[in-house]
Amino acid sequence: MPKVEKIFSKPKGLQDAPTHYCSGCGHGTIHRLVAEAVDELGIRERIIGIAPVGCAVLAYDYWNFDVTEAAHGRPPAVATGIKRVRPDNIVFTYQGDGDLAAIGTAEIVHAANRGENITVIFVNNGTYGMTGGQMAPTTLIGQKTATSILGRDLVRDGYPLKISEMLAVLDGVKYLERTAVHTPADVLKTKRAIKKAFKNQIEKKGFSMVEVLSMCPTYTGRSINGSIKWIKERVSKDYPLGVLKDATK
Amino acid sequence: MKKQKSKKVHLMTGNEAVGEAAVRAGCGLYAGYPITPQNELTAFMSKRMTEKGRAFIQSESELAAISMVFGASVAGVRTMTSSSSPGISLKQEGISYLAGCKLPAVIVNVMRGGPGLGNIAPSQADYFQATKGGGHGDYRMIVLAPSSAQESMDFTISSFDLADKYRMPVMVLTDGMLGQMMEPVRLPVMQQPSSANQKPWALTGAKGRNPRFIKSLFLKPGELEGFNKLLQRTYKEIEKKEVRYEALGCSRAELIVVAYGSASRIARASVKDLRKNKKHIGLFRPITLWPFPEKVLKRLTKKAKKVLVVEMSSGQMLEDVRLAVGDDSKISFYGRMGGGIPAKEEIDKEILKCLR
Amino acid sequence: MTEEIICAGFGGQGIMILGKLMAYSAMRKNFNVTWMPSYGAEVRGGTAHCMVVISDKEVASPVISLYDTAIIMNKPSLDKFIGKIRPKGTLILNSSLVDGKIKRKDISVLRIPFTDIAHKLGNIRVANVIAFGVYMSKKKLFSKEIAKKGITIAFGGNKELVSLNIRALEEGLKVV
Repeated sequence: MPKVEKIFSKPKGLQDAPTHYCSGCGHGTIHRLVAEAVDELGIRERIIGIAPVGCAVLAYDYWNFDVTEAAHGRPPAVATGIKRVRPDNIVFTYQGDGDLAAIGTAEIVHAANRGENITVIFVNNGTYGMTGGQMAPTTLIGQKTATSILGRDLVRDGYPLKISEMLAVLDGVKYLERTAVHTPADVLKTKRAIKKAFKNQIEKKGFSMVEVLSMCPTYTGRSINGSIKWIKERVSKDYPLGVLKDATK
Repeated sequence: MKKQKSKKVHLMTGNEAVGEAAVRAGCGLYAGYPITPQNELTAFMSKRMTEKGRAFIQSESELAAISMVFGASVAGVRTMTSSSSPGISLKQEGISYLAGCKLPAVIVNVMRGGPGLGNIAPSQADYFQATKGGGHGDYRMIVLAPSSAQESMDFTISSFDLADKYRMPVMVLTDGMLGQMMEPVRLPVMQQPSSANQKPWALTGAKGRNPRFIKSLFLKPGELEGFNKLLQRTYKEIEKKEVRYEALGCSRAELIVVAYGSASRIARASVKDLRKNKKHIGLFRPITLWPFPEKVLKRLTKKAKKVLVVEMSSGQMLEDVRLAVGDDSKISFYGRMGGGIPAKEEIDKEILKCLR
Repeated sequence: MTEEIICAGFGGQGIMILGKLMAYSAMRKNFNVTWMPSYGAEVRGGTAHCMVVISDKEVASPVISLYDTAIIMNKPSLDKFIGKIRPKGTLILNSSLVDGKIKRKDISVLRIPFTDIAHKLGNIRVANVIAFGVYMSKKKLFSKEIAKKGITIAFGGNKELVSLNIRALEEGLKVV
């Protein structure tokens, strides 16, 4: 009888639940990468996650560890509150671009600047998915959304917000990388980045953030393949991938 | 005549009394943002919490402060934030979330004049905001109104206990006068920060147990209504068990003066003085503004000919008194606004006017 | 017995400490007492005041509009508060910095050069504690021992400051 080896299974960090995310959406992949990293680092029993307001508000339906919600944009403040009273737990926020880069700008800037020893997973898909595809601070110039029907206009709407570049200059930020999940190679890179961001926290190195460029086929009006192409040809040009800062060495 | 017992009394501002009470109640995290007239409280906490090895954070905003408190509460730790009126408006977001997630926390409002920036003088104009739900949704918050530095201390301790008992936000409602004023205070015993093990719902990491989720989002049909019913049952229980008030000479009073907090201090002096002249006057002081002592006030005012409500607002508690008394023709009102503090002589005059 | 007091002067003259010393001494004498500062925006611009109410009854309002005693350390404060001293009340005035006539005949006026006396003691900043000594000897509400304890607490830790302020207190007690 041939030897059978199990080489792929659901991480312990995930519950057995059907997804509510649209097909082609990046959240499912990123949720899984978080769960894999949690498994591999053996922190499932000490991690506390903070779900955002937005599509990922239901993250606690998928993750198999302690999760709380937070008001829109406030996860970094909630994470601060938890981490300061339970420094031995691993605390992370999972936030979209509306949550982190618009309504929660103050909270992310100040949590980063205080150098909170937390991990932030920032999912940038360039739109507000939950509310129906409105313009996000990260929406590209010319990109059509529910509230920029003719395309994002520079004069009216200003520039796409490069929040990671902004945060990278803060002394409190120790590690910041931008990755994507539109190709298998990028998925692996994202996994490595998330794992490093958690490891930094375990080693008390300080504030770490991974920005993940993600697809939203539903509200960017593209096919799944079209969305992949959009990330490759447009989004990753405006938001270049790679390590923006690593002060952990 | 009640004299302070000597020894082991400390001269403290109301703001400091609230802070020391929080420390002694085992508060594990305080987050706040500067605003007059509550600044001494934040300053005090920066020293005391640090001395005790507990968490103190000067937050970037009131929104962040209440969310930090939310986080500490999620983690099962006693926690408090404080501010004054404009800052409390910002905290309403977080207060609604605390209520929606059934999380205990203490919020202190050292009220000042409004609306808008208003001024920094004492006021009672946030009664509606505190008692009628300043944030969104069908929720309640226990509101305790001290009238001295000692009560600022005692009621803050009670607030932590009530917040934990019912898993909800509790407000201590003081004002610029009570916060800034120094008075002799006796200190309660020191408690250690509560262990999260005592809170079987707290997030501590899912070690040897199933994961826990804290949320106020209920999307399945009927689920949110069910949750709201659960909240309302808790509120009904609180209305039954936690009503607090002080009634002074109300049972045979011709006139009952109703006032809380700072206004009640001054009203009390008027009532006591005029009673010496054989006037049948009582003082009724709600201590819990929610739950409002409606039933007892209804009973006490049945025989009284007149009810005089005194507030440092245009008449906000007045509405609750009207509901309780059920006869508007009996009720008079005297209010000062925008930081005005009624002088004893003004209240004397109003009382005598009512008795004519 | 209820005594309503205002202490007023420039920022830096130790007005708040003066009031706190009174409040502390009154508390230790088993009186009910409140101390209320001017705060926030009022404080900007240099003048400061605090109100102290000492009583054997419960204190109604710590914010008072008429005063039994006014300790006035500078001219702007005199102009602001002279009209609010009760008839038969007491004005304790820092004559080093305030001269000129007091028109009111219905109050008793004590003119004492607090700043000059303080200067002789080696530090003009102890004028406030000299004023406290004068108030004590005038009203006889507090004991010297308690007042000294109050000073020790107020200037806690700094032996030099404590002894300087106790000398200032003794000086104040001798003046009247």
